[in-house]
Amino acid sequence: MATLEELSTRRELLAQGHRLCAGCGAPIAVRQVLLALPPEAHAVVCCPTGCLEVSTTIYPYTSWRCSYIHNAFENAAATLSGVQAMYTALKRKGKINEDFRFVAFGGDGGTYDIGFQSLSGAMERGHRLIYVCYDNEAYMNTGIQRSGATPRGAWTTTSPVGHVRTGKHEGRKDLTAIMAEHHVVYAAQAAISHWRDTVAKAEKAWEYAKEGPVFLNILAPCHRGWRFPMEKTIEIARLAVRTRFWPLYEVEKGEWRLTVNVANPLPVAEWLKMQGRFAHLFRGKGNEEVLAAIQADVDRQWSELMARCRSAVPA
Amino acid sequence: MPQQPRLLQGNQAIVEGALYAGARFYAGYPITPSSEIAEECARLLPRVGGVYLQMEDEIASIAAVIGASLAGAKAFTATSGPGFSLMQENLGLAVMGEVPCVIINVQRSGPSTGLATKPAQADVMQLRWGRHGDQCLIALSPASVKECFYLTVTAFNFAEKYRVPVVIGADEIVAHMRENFTVPAPGEVEVIERKKPTGPPENYLPFAPEEDGIAPLAAYGSPYIFHLTSSMHGPDGYSNNDPANAAWRVAQLHRKIERYRDEIVLTQSFEAEEAEVLIITFGATTRAARAAAKQARARGIKAGVLQLVTLWPFPDKEVAALGERANTVIVPEMNYAGQVAGEVQRVLGPAKDLRRVNKYNGEVLTPAEILQAMA
Repeated sequence: MATLEELSTRRELLAQGHRLCAGCGAPIAVRQVLLALPPEAHAVVCCPTGCLEVSTTIYPYTSWRCSYIHNAFENAAATLSGVQAMYTALKRKGKINEDFRFVAFGGDGGTYDIGFQSLSGAMERGHRLIYVCYDNEAYMNTGIQRSGATPRGAWTTTSPVGHVRTGKHEGRKDLTAIMAEHHVVYAAQAAISHWRDTVAKAEKAWEYAKEGPVFLNILAPCHRGWRFPMEKTIEIARLAVRTRFWPLYEVEKGEWRLTVNVANPLPVAEWLKMQGRFAHLFRGKGNEEVLAAIQADVDRQWSELMARCRSAVPA
Repeated sequence: MPQQPRLLQGNQAIVEGALYAGARFYAGYPITPSSEIAEECARLLPRVGGVYLQMEDEIASIAAVIGASLAGAKAFTATSGPGFSLMQENLGLAVMGEVPCVIINVQRSGPSTGLATKPAQADVMQLRWGRHGDQCLIALSPASVKECFYLTVTAFNFAEKYRVPVVIGADEIVAHMRENFTVPAPGEVEVIERKKPTGPPENYLPFAPEEDGIAPLAAYGSPYIFHLTSSMHGPDGYSNNDPANAAWRVAQLHRKIERYRDEIVLTQSFEAEEAEVLIITFGATTRAARAAAKQARARGIKAGVLQLVTLWPFPDKEVAALGERANTVIVPEMNYAGQVAGEVQRVLGPAKDLRRVNKYNGEVLTPAEILQAMA
């Protein structure tokens, strides 16, 4: 893969000056993906509604130094499908000679839930595009409501904490696995804390997107919604990996492979404790069952993943 | 315990109204400027044994509301323009299946995402005509926090009584403003329950109107087994392609509303009886209109206000009664095309001196802008 020095000389397609919060994980994920784009290729970016879209296109400015299209929450993958299909047709007829690549960046709201139908359709039809989910585990743009990506036990404004309720009762969707089961060319799970791993996956993604659909799910913590100090974004992401809450793996043409091994995991409680959205689980007694259920979610997810990874685990 | 006055937001008052009316089911998907309704429901519904469901989108939200209503609950959802657009197909089912439900559309600027946090009153026609086919429903529009409460109770009453979806066309201004309001004690405001079948279950016809023009509605889970389909159906609920049946069904959907039109159409007038200049208004713009009329009267102009509380069915009779008497009619509204002005012109005729005041930049209409139209 490109060296850090090489990456640092590349022109950023997401310009500085956007209005995402200081300490936001989303633009870090986007930049790690865009820096891996071969410098000679052009990108067409599509964003569904979300923090990223709103904050990078504040009137009268844009942060996007490339072709860009926004559509409402449920439509990104379908919109980009149309762009890519027509581009391919024009290219085949020789009417376009330039090398264009297509990428959608959606939050977990626009990806796991309302955008799931159009995403699934695009993956099944085999469009040559990358769909990147910057996963911050709730609807942050509309005020921290629970999503299909919100973990069990987390407080959100629509999974409130009180005498009876202890945050979200349900577990989260394993969207990366669901996308891999669409038999896409390449699917991977990454975290902004592991930039080398993410950029390596993004390089593969850009290459594989010439053949067919690619899905990347990148953990991008949100300090507003998760309630932690803004300077701890990377640390929180790293701990999600160290506790096996967020395993880093890829599915390359059907081959499942762990890309970062976690030999001696920390208990998931170590990660939960750092976040205000789980603070109620550590106040007083009576939450042992919820904590145990979260740890059980993590353990089950890891063992299922191990069963799928046939290749050797890296050191 | 006596109720205390509270500084309530319009969206909160809507939730209070829904709970007061006996709503026990909410399914929704967050969208500005309606999200507080979902958040309040998530907090309050479980306390009264109700159900709060956050769905994956607005299509799912209204579908779940229809399902819950058929299971016997008073059910509702809330959204704004983009979500309301997604709900149209299912709203058509609610009309066709005569399923009582309440939908809050907190209007914001469009088209498409538009100015997502700014107000508009540009969904007036969508409220009425948003879905395909021969259909009609009831739409109400509140102008204050107090009206947010009372109209929500009214919306449930209409929905349950007439077996029809009722839409509250609120706007970002009333939804987010705060005013003092005391929730009335239980029993103070009438709450209507849906009419249930009483005869032998095997004789139950879910779409056969009784003398009052309305068919009783059983609940799934009761001994009354019934069939509901989005396709054209007969009184028994089974698919029916007979032209005579189709004509009867479509007419029935309209006639039950037409029959009770005088109960359904709500308006308020302010110094409108003798008005030479009549301002016809609705929603948050009512407030600017009333201020403008007051200032005009101070200058010796006989100005009054007719507030359309019910938007659909359109208050033709009330507009005609006051509008024909006035020399000039002014219709201020927060949309480009004059969606209500067009209806008013239809009622009063092309010769009427009708002045439109349209604002569609995401900002609120001011009394001064309405006063200017009187010059």
